[in-house]
Amino acid sequence: MEVANTIKQVINDAVERVKMPAPLRLRDLIRMIRAARTAAEEREVVNKECANIRNTFRDEDSVWRCRSVAKLLYIHMLGYPAHFGQLECLKLIASPRFTDKRIGYLGAMLLLDERQDTHLLITNVLKNDLNSNAQFVVGLALCTLGTIASVEMSRDLAPEIEKLLKSSNAYLRKKAALCAFRIVRKVPELMEMFLPACRTLIAEKNHAVLITAVTLVTEMCEKSPDTYNYFKKMIPTLVRTMKTLILSGYSPEHDVSGVSDPFLQVKLLRLLRVLGRGDQEAAEAMNDLLAQVATNTETSKNVGNAILYETVHAIMDVQSESGLRVLAVNILGRFLLNSDKNIRYVALTTLQKTVTLDQNAVQRHRSTVLDCLKDPDVSIRRRAMELSFQLVVESNLESMTRELLAFLSRSEPEVKSVCASNLVSIAERYAPSPSWHFHTLYEILQAAGNYVRDDVVSSTLQLVSDSPAIQAEAVSLLWEAVKNLKNLEDYQPLVQVCCWCIGEYGDSLLSIPDVPMDEVLESFQQILWSPHVSIITRQYSIMALEKLSARVPDTTNRIRSIVDAFGSHLNVDLQQRAIEFGALCRSFDHLRGPILEKMPPMPVDKDSKRGTSNGAGDTNSNDVDLLIEDGISTSRDRDPTSSDSNVLLNIIDGLDGDNDLGMSSSSAVYDSSDFSFAMGFKNPQPPITTSSNIFGGVGGNDLLDLLGGSFGDELSTPAPEPLSLTSVGPNITSMPLFPNFTHSVAINGGTEISGQSQQHELIPGQYFPSSFFSMNKPEQQSSLWLGAEHDGIMSEYGKAILAYSDEHIWIIFVPLLAYSSQTTIVMQVRAGGRSSQSQVNDLIFQAAVPKSLQLTLDPPSGTSIVQGTVITQRVTIGNPSKATLKMKLKISYSVSGRSQEKIQEIHDFPADFGMS
Amino acid sequence: MMQFMLLFSRQGKLRLQKWYVAQPDKARKKITRDLVTTILARKPKMCSFLEWRDLKIVYKRYASLYFCCAIEQQDNELLCLEIIHRYVELLDKYFGSVCELDIIFNFEKAYFILDELLIGGEVQETSKKNVLKAIAAQDLLQEDEMMDSILREHGLI
Repeated sequence: MEVANTIKQVINDAVERVKMPAPLRLRDLIRMIRAARTAAEEREVVNKECANIRNTFRDEDSVWRCRSVAKLLYIHMLGYPAHFGQLECLKLIASPRFTDKRIGYLGAMLLLDERQDTHLLITNVLKNDLNSNAQFVVGLALCTLGTIASVEMSRDLAPEIEKLLKSSNAYLRKKAALCAFRIVRKVPELMEMFLPACRTLIAEKNHAVLITAVTLVTEMCEKSPDTYNYFKKMIPTLVRTMKTLILSGYSPEHDVSGVSDPFLQVKLLRLLRVLGRGDQEAAEAMNDLLAQVATNTETSKNVGNAILYETVHAIMDVQSESGLRVLAVNILGRFLLNSDKNIRYVALTTLQKTVTLDQNAVQRHRSTVLDCLKDPDVSIRRRAMELSFQLVVESNLESMTRELLAFLSRSEPEVKSVCASNLVSIAERYAPSPSWHFHTLYEILQAAGNYVRDDVVSSTLQLVSDSPAIQAEAVSLLWEAVKNLKNLEDYQPLVQVCCWCIGEYGDSLLSIPDVPMDEVLESFQQILWSPHVSIITRQYSIMALEKLSARVPDTTNRIRSIVDAFGSHLNVDLQQRAIEFGALCRSFDHLRGPILEKMPPMPVDKDSKRGTSNGAGDTNSNDVDLLIEDGISTSRDRDPTSSDSNVLLNIIDGLDGDNDLGMSSSSAVYDSSDFSFAMGFKNPQPPITTSSNIFGGVGGNDLLDLLGGSFGDELSTPAPEPLSLTSVGPNITSMPLFPNFTHSVAINGGTEISGQSQQHELIPGQYFPSSFFSMNKPEQQSSLWLGAEHDGIMSEYGKAILAYSDEHIWIIFVPLLAYSSQTTIVMQVRAGGRSSQSQVNDLIFQAAVPKSLQLTLDPPSGTSIVQGTVITQRVTIGNPSKATLKMKLKISYSVSGRSQEKIQEIHDFPADFGMS
Repeated sequence: MMQFMLLFSRQGKLRLQKWYVAQPDKARKKITRDLVTTILARKPKMCSFLEWRDLKIVYKRYASLYFCCAIEQQDNELLCLEIIHRYVELLDKYFGSVCELDIIFNFEKAYFILDELLIGGEVQETSKKNVLKAIAAQDLLQEDEMMDSILREHGLI
């Protein structure tokens, strides 16, 4: 019986063995996977094979392990998980067979990286193999270490590498040198260990050892000033090596299309560049060589140009003599004419870096650069455009502007907005006269259509308003342009400017004989009713019509009928404007004239326009050791005295605090840390210091009386955010005063759009005498931007991040790419509620950044979130030193009477946050 | 220093990936996906370079395969094209007029060749001959081992 059982067992085993054939070969697996017609089929094949591979792993089957790992690596490349093969790789490496080791190391490089916890195991096997006698085993270990060395591995294995740097075998020396390079990158303080070996390596004749040694030394010199000083002595040796290399005859082994070892040449040039940086003596030692390379290199092929390109960089970085610099720029000029697009591209990028160093030399190639604006390659065109803007100076303003305007009109949408904003800023900087400036802005608006950045509209308006001499011409020019526009909706910024100008200075149209007012009004009607025109444009045009009624009295009735039609418009703001206008005409017609008076000139303050932070704010803030910026410290036109008092107010305002959020408490939180502080979402309106100049002479107080009633009550009740220092109720100052102020309509003083209270409150606020406008202009403009962003027509958004969220609210940061640059991030903070039922009030958003950054918060669009509304606020972060962005947020709000206060820190901004 | 190298087909299938900086698997996949889509969308008349995050991407198409490298700001993009070309030449010499299928079926060989050309994202050998010699010698070691095990299996040694 027992015997029979044993026999049965043996037979069963044999059958099992026959049933289990050798595992699939790698080749066959690849074939099967490639034969799969659908993704599902492929997944099936892979899953089945993965199961088999797991089985061989589980069985500790050392015969097939190598094949299994190889298959797994293929599967891994297809994107399937393969982490379960990590340990098997280590087992393969530990095997005595070379085949196993080769695949094992390959797997280790692909499946492990320095984050894995297998660090100890891999360190041990590596150590073992680094001490092996077989050169190729050591070679594999070195290659693996050079690819995946982590900090710990670097520390543990550096002595082995140091030994191998002195090996008599060149094959190992070169690999060890690059391992050392990796180790120095990971752990710079291990550098010293390698220094003695480097001295000998750098004098090697063997190209491979030399190039790796040069790579290593370059890295060390960049990391440590001591090493840098040491190797500076080697410059003559390196120069000699380089000269020998250039002059050496044809060597088939190292030549690339007639150039002798370009890889080595470039590395040597790079080391010279690092060594010669900022050192006159060093620069002189290599002047000769650089000149020789720059003139003698064969340039018919890419290799030669690669060397020249490196030489140009070396000349620019090293304090080379001026003749050499001109030579370098001329090389780049020749590059621009090269038929190879890659070479043209690098020439442009390099010229961009050079232009700041040597404006004149680059200017000489201006026409070539302008030709690149017509290049078939879009990336080259874009570079050429950027460089062209850098080349604009007063003397070539006219011609450059002409070229760039032509470029603007033919360029593709994604380039248009950048080009337009750059043109706007050069026009602003160099404009010889307001008239020239206006014409340029006008052409930009025409060429770029909807792709202009939305602040172009406001700066054009400001310009026109500030230069009475051009107003009449502007109105007729704009009117002609808009009259002839085929598709209004593609040129909305232009239409907005036109509307505004006609509204303000429309009376000048009357003096032109062939402009019938009827036609003008018809155009307005067309703008107002055309389906693709944005709300903002309509706001502009409705406001303009209202103003026009005061300029040209006999149009009033027609305008009333056009505007009245909006009394039932779906858009709350348009509706409101229409109804208010109706009320004004009906009941307060004697006030219509003064209320719709022309705006006073808006002077342009160039300094604050550049976005520099308010100086007065800085000095004052030092006293409290905090930089307090209210939204208004960015305001553009305030005379110095009022600016001082305002800042003072801000501080007091902040310190006295409201909503239990005094600066005293916040400073306790932030004082110790290295943060400067800015306040936002707080009072969207600037504090008004005196009331007399607001209402002065225009009977504003009468207006208050007249409209009295519930509005008066509204005024006398304490606002949700009491600004006790302001002698006039804050609600008045927060009234929307301009068409584009609408997005703050919903929120001033924490009121929501619903019911009558809003009507009462807004009607009087809407129409204040014109002297009022100048007081509030900064807000108008910033909310004008906000409005446009809100509409989403004209800005480019970057990738948003979720900054904060809890059970009641969420806050996201949306970078506004069109406004951001390398050193400034402009973003929109958007806050919304979790539930549409509950209402969030008194939302105050405060932010702080490290001191090396500058934070500017514009006024928020409101403080209450109700029924899905979103509060927006613009935040500008200046980051001149390109430091890592960090933010501390303090958010307080109240939900159904309970106030909440949250603090949030954000460290993990994506590296490219806010960059286009 | 080269941070990574990717080989992918015109259909966007990854054929080889070499990472010289540590990245979690998920990040690798995302980077690969991003770059493959960006590069495949570029028109032939566009230049071979693009700026991506803080890196410079250098790519070149050889027949149906794209070779794409990410190098750092101070690196030389024209030379990077030469490195790619050198690698292609080596593959070509090794396989004898290489095609995409060679790299698919012998992907491990393609890795071995790359590892003899670059270490840690830097050039380790500027002589084609030396690279091929090292590869041939290692292939021979493998063959010897195979012969050895066959003989052993048949009881001949």
